[in-house]
Amino acid sequence: MQMTCQDTFSRIVTDASLTPKQKSNYLALEAEASLPYPNVSSAVSQAMDSGIICDMFEGHAPFKPRYVLPDYAKYLTQGSKYLELEPARNLDEAINALTIIYHHVPSVTNIPVYLGRLDELLMPYVAKLDDETIYNKLRLFWIMLDRTLPDAFIHVNIGPSDNIICRTILRVDAELKQVAPNLTFMYDPDTTPDKLLQQATDNICECSKPHIANYPIHAQTFDDSGFGIVSCYNSLPLAGGANTLVRLNLKQVALLAIDTQDFFTNTLPYYCQLMYELIEARSRYLHEESHFFTSFLIEEGLIQETRFAPMFGIYGMAEAVNCLLGETKASSKSYGHCETANELGYRISAALDKIVKSTPVTYGYRDRALLHAQGGISLDKDVTPGVRIPYGTEPDPVTHIQALAEHHQYYSSGISEILTIDETVKSNPQAMYQLCKGALSLGLREFTANVASNDLVRVTGYMIKLSDIAAFKQGGSRTNTTGLGAEAVANTGILDRKPRVTSHEQAPCYES
Amino acid sequence: MLRVLEQASGDPVQQMKNERSATVTKILNFSCVDGPGNRLVIFLQGCNFDCKSCHNPHTIGQCDSCGLCIPSCPAQALSLHETDGSGLIHWDKDLCIECDACLQACPKQASPKTRQYTVTQLLAVIRKNSPFITGVTVSGGEASLQLMFIVGLFSALKSSPELQHLSCMLDTNGSLSESGWHKLLPYLDGAMVDLKAWQTETHKWLTGRDNHRVFRSIELLASRGKLYEVRLLHIPGKSDFDSEITALAGYLQRLPSSTKIRLNAFRHHGVKGEALEWQTCSETDMTVLAEGLTKLGITLVLPSAYL
Repeated sequence: MQMTCQDTFSRIVTDASLTPKQKSNYLALEAEASLPYPNVSSAVSQAMDSGIICDMFEGHAPFKPRYVLPDYAKYLTQGSKYLELEPARNLDEAINALTIIYHHVPSVTNIPVYLGRLDELLMPYVAKLDDETIYNKLRLFWIMLDRTLPDAFIHVNIGPSDNIICRTILRVDAELKQVAPNLTFMYDPDTTPDKLLQQATDNICECSKPHIANYPIHAQTFDDSGFGIVSCYNSLPLAGGANTLVRLNLKQVALLAIDTQDFFTNTLPYYCQLMYELIEARSRYLHEESHFFTSFLIEEGLIQETRFAPMFGIYGMAEAVNCLLGETKASSKSYGHCETANELGYRISAALDKIVKSTPVTYGYRDRALLHAQGGISLDKDVTPGVRIPYGTEPDPVTHIQALAEHHQYYSSGISEILTIDETVKSNPQAMYQLCKGALSLGLREFTANVASNDLVRVTGYMIKLSDIAAFKQGGSRTNTTGLGAEAVANTGILDRKPRVTSHEQAPCYES
Repeated sequence: MLRVLEQASGDPVQQMKNERSATVTKILNFSCVDGPGNRLVIFLQGCNFDCKSCHNPHTIGQCDSCGLCIPSCPAQALSLHETDGSGLIHWDKDLCIECDACLQACPKQASPKTRQYTVTQLLAVIRKNSPFITGVTVSGGEASLQLMFIVGLFSALKSSPELQHLSCMLDTNGSLSESGWHKLLPYLDGAMVDLKAWQTETHKWLTGRDNHRVFRSIELLASRGKLYEVRLLHIPGKSDFDSEITALAGYLQRLPSSTKIRLNAFRHHGVKGEALEWQTCSETDMTVLAEGLTKLGITLVLPSAYL
């Protein structure tokens, strides 16, 4: 039965489990969805309708980039004409200025996904403050973030150097165990002391945060103006971001191929070409029609239009490989468990890398899109996020890392992988530390681990509380992402498998 | 390449040691409970105790290729390979669906799913995993039954420039003789010893052996600074740590302060026979014993979960 716009609006407005703010968000999404879609060919529309290409429910009329990473350091030193703020002179003013600007930084979720590399940002304002004073200020700041920006996609970066802000944030984060903000710790073997990495990996045992980024690899990917890790493990240029994210379902592409050769020579290049058509249509609308790039963020030099790139996402690698090899059910010959299957996966990643590095786009970073292993959304069924090994069939963490490490070199805008570690690690955090060091030395861009019994669980990158999932069905949640988590739990059975995780990038659409 | 160099420059005695082989039940790449940090754990087949409460009874015996397990396998992963007249069980790892029906069918408390490894072959496994591990733990069964293999493996690790940072630990029931320990001590960083019961009669009833050797092993390792951990498996109403708590605590207190005392909870997982009738150890049972020992001045490591 066809539901009219008014029916949908009415159901959203009267939904007992949503707050007024959440209702406003869904209403806005529905309004945007009622506009015509950017002009694309019928081949692209068909590929979207049959689930081969997906626009991540970003909306019909993109009027804001997917992810925005403002240069907050510049903002703090120059103040803001638009926000009528003088340059910050001390820690209180710096924190206050950040708190203000966060409410003016858009993203696909309407609230910021990037809060800055906070230790680097705040260290110039520490002056002679003692440790306890800093602790008290950061603790209140942390509580404010969780309560006013209640979305697990908001992301803070810290490290790689050792400093009082970095250490205190780790301390506060382990104590409060909040869903927001999400946290990435940058690790650089040349500058990060072992003891600091140990503090970070101890935190993982406490609350499954932070996520550890391989700083030198990310730094090499981008220029001297820097980068940031945002949302669920997307690495993007600082003072820029992602204008759009379009993703390709490799499983569907493999199902359409006659054999492996056909996959590489025909189906994969064909659907990549359609991906580019959609990327162009969406980014043209944003850059040329929406007037986003006239905002104060541009005028005051906090972002530059040339530092925005489309993300070329892929998912369903495991199913694609198993399908091409004729492996219908999980066995020792499946993806993640067998050298032959893993090798085919690396070949697919290398082919994608070649396509993405050689295809120019109108609005890109150095005129290119950035390849991304996409972490899945809660509506995905029977398809595994990114290049991950399917839920419940993962080998031990070491074999797991060894099977996937080779992929990491190709996914310059991030690869969302999550290891589940059983809770015995809690009484032996040294093991987590060793695993993390081994993973990074093997070339992993990112190390993300979930401790099996933690109340906080990652659903591909964002955190939800197990207790919140139970409570959500009853009476709704204060945290925007718990709804997505509950949907992911129902659709993907994430809690059935070895405690493991699915992922989510966005509130996709309203579903009652 | 490195291996070639090692062999070329290695002394002939170590080369001989590298050819020693052992029956390996299983190798784990990741373990947080078998020593400090992340351990690569090598389980060796065969045990000289016959504990009623054994959680891995299929590691006790040695396969004699009787073939009784073959028809039990629903995946046709087991077969008898005729070589020089005496048949040997062959296990096809790729066909195996890990249902463990063969372990149920085995009359010898053994497993057809073991593999022979030489020291050289194990070194290759360890090398591949070395960035991820803090060290290697050899466990069992009772690993020390294949003592000379362990001496070969640990001495090779200690003489390899790229692997000598890995700690070498042994998980044992403490039955090894004093002369046996002396062969291993130069290459051993630490041992985890199970003390199954305090009274020798109880120990004998639970394991089939008395516990004099176990105490001697604990004391010898303690005197050499190599007693990493003593493990007590609490079986409510069967083990005697609660009834003998004062004597036990007095003994534990005399051990080096660096030695961890770990309490493990008896469960039914893997257990066969009469012990399945025994009550498992609940969190409350464990708390009672733990509080008693803590009051008597013992610092404990407790299970992180009760299943």
